[in-house]
Amino acid sequence: MSKQANVDIEAGHDALDRGWLIRLHIDLPLLLLLLLVSAFGLLMLYSATGQSVVQVERQAIRLGLALVLMLGIAQLSPAVLRQWSVPLYLIGLALLAAVLLFGDQSKGAQRWLDLGFLRFQPSEMLKLALPMMLAWYLSLRTLPPRLLDIVVAGLLIGLPVLLIFKQPDLGTALLVGSAGVATLFLSGLRWRFILSLVVLAGVAAPLLWSLMHDYQRQRVLTFLDPGSDPLGAGYHIIQSQIAIGSGGIHGKGWLQGTQSQLEFLPERSTDFIFAVIGEELGLSGIIVLMLLYLAVILRGFGIAAQAQDAYSRLLAGSITMVFFVYLFVNMGMVTGLLPVVGVPLPLISYGGTSLVTLMLGFGILMSIQTRRKLLQAE
Amino acid sequence: MLETMFEDRRGEKRLFRGRAILLAVLVVLSLALIAARLFQLQVVRHEHFTTLSDDNRIKIQPMPPTRGLIYDRNGVLLADNVPSYALTIEPEKVEDIDATIAELSELVPISELDLERFERLLPQRRRFEGVPIRLDLNHVERARFAVQGHRFPGVEIAAELSRYYPEGAYTSHLVGYVGRINEQELEQIDRSDYAGSNHIGKVGVEKYHEQWLHGHVGYQQAVVNARGRVLERREQKTPVPGRDLHLFLDMDLQRDAAAALGDRRGAVVAIDPETGGVLAMVSSPRYDPNPFVGGIGYKAYAELRDDIDRPLYDRAVRGQYPPGSTVKPFIALAGLATGVTTASQGKYCGGYFQLPGHSHRYRCWRRGGHGSLAMEDAIVQSCDVYFYRLAHDMGIDRLDDLLAEFNFGRPTGADIAGELGGLLPSPEWKQRVRNRPWFPGETLIVGIGQGAFLATPLQLAAATAAIANGGTFIQPRIVSATRASLGAPLEPTQAQRRPIPDQDPAHWQTILDAMTNVVEGRRGTAGRIRTDAYRIAGKTGTSQVFTVGQNETYNEAEVAERMRDHALFVGFAPIEEPRIAVAVIVENGGHGGATAAPIARAVMDSWLLDQRVQVADDADDGNSP
Repeated sequence: MSKQANVDIEAGHDALDRGWLIRLHIDLPLLLLLLLVSAFGLLMLYSATGQSVVQVERQAIRLGLALVLMLGIAQLSPAVLRQWSVPLYLIGLALLAAVLLFGDQSKGAQRWLDLGFLRFQPSEMLKLALPMMLAWYLSLRTLPPRLLDIVVAGLLIGLPVLLIFKQPDLGTALLVGSAGVATLFLSGLRWRFILSLVVLAGVAAPLLWSLMHDYQRQRVLTFLDPGSDPLGAGYHIIQSQIAIGSGGIHGKGWLQGTQSQLEFLPERSTDFIFAVIGEELGLSGIIVLMLLYLAVILRGFGIAAQAQDAYSRLLAGSITMVFFVYLFVNMGMVTGLLPVVGVPLPLISYGGTSLVTLMLGFGILMSIQTRRKLLQAE
Repeated sequence: MLETMFEDRRGEKRLFRGRAILLAVLVVLSLALIAARLFQLQVVRHEHFTTLSDDNRIKIQPMPPTRGLIYDRNGVLLADNVPSYALTIEPEKVEDIDATIAELSELVPISELDLERFERLLPQRRRFEGVPIRLDLNHVERARFAVQGHRFPGVEIAAELSRYYPEGAYTSHLVGYVGRINEQELEQIDRSDYAGSNHIGKVGVEKYHEQWLHGHVGYQQAVVNARGRVLERREQKTPVPGRDLHLFLDMDLQRDAAAALGDRRGAVVAIDPETGGVLAMVSSPRYDPNPFVGGIGYKAYAELRDDIDRPLYDRAVRGQYPPGSTVKPFIALAGLATGVTTASQGKYCGGYFQLPGHSHRYRCWRRGGHGSLAMEDAIVQSCDVYFYRLAHDMGIDRLDDLLAEFNFGRPTGADIAGELGGLLPSPEWKQRVRNRPWFPGETLIVGIGQGAFLATPLQLAAATAAIANGGTFIQPRIVSATRASLGAPLEPTQAQRRPIPDQDPAHWQTILDAMTNVVEGRRGTAGRIRTDAYRIAGKTGTSQVFTVGQNETYNEAEVAERMRDHALFVGFAPIEEPRIAVAVIVENGGHGGATAAPIARAVMDSWLLDQRVQVADDADDGNSP
């Protein structure tokens, strides 16, 4: 990203959109990018669902609702969000504990909380609540954080991650954890701390390994090398690599992917939709999508970098990193670089849960961006 | 204070921007890593994955050929392919298979055997493939299911082609039957050619002509989805159907021969002397081949196998009997051919013969003896002593040489599975098998067709045909012609002819005259079958039973019955231009002239006069053995 580009965009805004866009707290570049990615996603979903208009409609409605939520949260000022940080985090923790105690079993894991009128995943909430909490805490300290601050932040991160890991939901734990780590990193964590953390992890890993039972080690090995389990997780990864690889540079054409249309590709409309894109649109189509994603991330960093106060900066940066981790883990998993973890492709995979979280996050970004401008304008 | 705080905040912002740039670089690098991975998958290894992708979706499916049909000489269908209806369950569409089967069994009977097969097949088939729960639904069961079928989603009636033998037991041994391919057969066949076939010829013509009848498998490329369901059929190589076979067999004659044999144990073989074509070939008792196609139950099979009359045993080509006096014309010809004797040279029969220096008396069937006899009378009256002398004078080697020309001692090579070759005893054979030297007395016994000498009815008929056509042994044939498909031209099979070395017409005339007088002559042993319609030449035979019930226990009456002599007759007609040669054997039938000859006459009447044999009782209808 370049400063110059942002200045240009600001200049454009100042000239054209001073009025209603800012008053509605909409960041036009981000909104346009999100709409582009979403439209791309719906198009691919049509193919990946075996041309199911019903499912595409349903997803379009979810998108619409999520966009409304995004614009809704954008109306709240960062100051209000800041006030909500601690209560949200505590509520989130309480709900996570409740899930472990009373949660619904689904596919062998307890993730859902049934409130009678609605079921939802508290772990999803933490993807935003944790960055908010950390941003709140760190913004109160002088930065870069001292050792004590790091310990407190580590506890704030570790507690929900552990609770989510126990459900067990590795994917979400990973996302929430990396959001926390990213916040710490952005807060200016000193390199010597970073280095010692890395060394600590390096020492702890073999120690932990030696403490594990054989079957636990086996699980870890299978987890790290899905090829050793060709009928289970391995099947997913093999079929998705075949889909992507057979797509070539130009792809087999929209709706023409044999791996996806003939259902060799499992989870093709949800976690593995990236493979459908790779098969049908080829490397060229994927590069276009990746550039769109990259633009979203850079816009996010841009907003963070220009934010007025430490809380907004940290929160915006952290939310952007959550989005990136989503992206990276999903793409890495589908291309066989990373083990299979159930993480959807952001804004494209079929489903509403992560969509809502992501859009709320973007709403916060917009709130931060437009507040700054209002300040400037006044 | 405010200043420093502001400074601090400025520092924080700078610090943050630095970190944000670092993260942005990390993001770009990470995405570049993904892009590099995609490049590896989609560009470098693209070919590899394209192959894997095609392997996934394009499946080669075998298409079994339609088995060739078998017709008799007049186009009567002997082996047909008929739709057979099976009740199948598609597991994917059925929620509770056990409950469904329980309900189905109220509609159509489902046996333990059916359940066993279903359980065995269930794990082998894919979820959307029908697994048969009942085979061979009859039309009542089909109708019942048609009405109630809506209650059973996922249960369907599947039709496939199944072999059916319309003539049933009448053609059981000759045409044979097909059955499920077993492990042993799997070793021997070209597996790829049988990729789609379940059945293979097991017995008779069905087995011998398996290659013609089966045809060649076809293939189709099918696009399938992940569960293997066929979505689209691509280019295909159509299967080559099996060749249709046209037999020399005449179904009317076959039925008449069976009727003439009645419920006696024995065999009738009728051959066209000009072509070697088998006109009729019956082994009795018979059995219905149709249950074997779908898999005969163990109990039903055991019943057939353990039946004391051995209905499964094809007496016509596997029954090896001492030919008895029916070989006398051939021995006589050997005497003429070798020059050991002449037709007119008389030999004295005093009721017995003694080898020089031995006291053992080889008796004639006629105690008082025949006096001095020339060759013709010796054949007509079937004098044993004449043939003892002749055999003794010739010696076993010269005798065997000529009998071998008539194909005694080895299979004729007719196109039917399982044929045996009988046994032509020789000193070498005895040394090899029994490790004993040959005794001169054994030569005498061969001279009257007894002892270790064995021949099948098919061998006898083929040898008789060689006399009938004046000296050419023609390998018997079942199939006269084949054709690739219904519209294609018939392609005749070729006869293998082998002239008997002695081509002196006078010799053959002597034998012909003698055999004619066996029937036509005043003292002939088969005088009772004489007819005004045409003239018959023949020879009766009666052979001693020496190997019955070695390991089996029969009751006394049974033993007595089964120790009786076998009755034989060989003959041909009309003598001027023979059109049919017949060999008949009736096990334990007593005298050949009395028991076997009338059967041969009935067969000749049927063929030459188109005169049907009246079926005595309904036990002889085609479907009950």
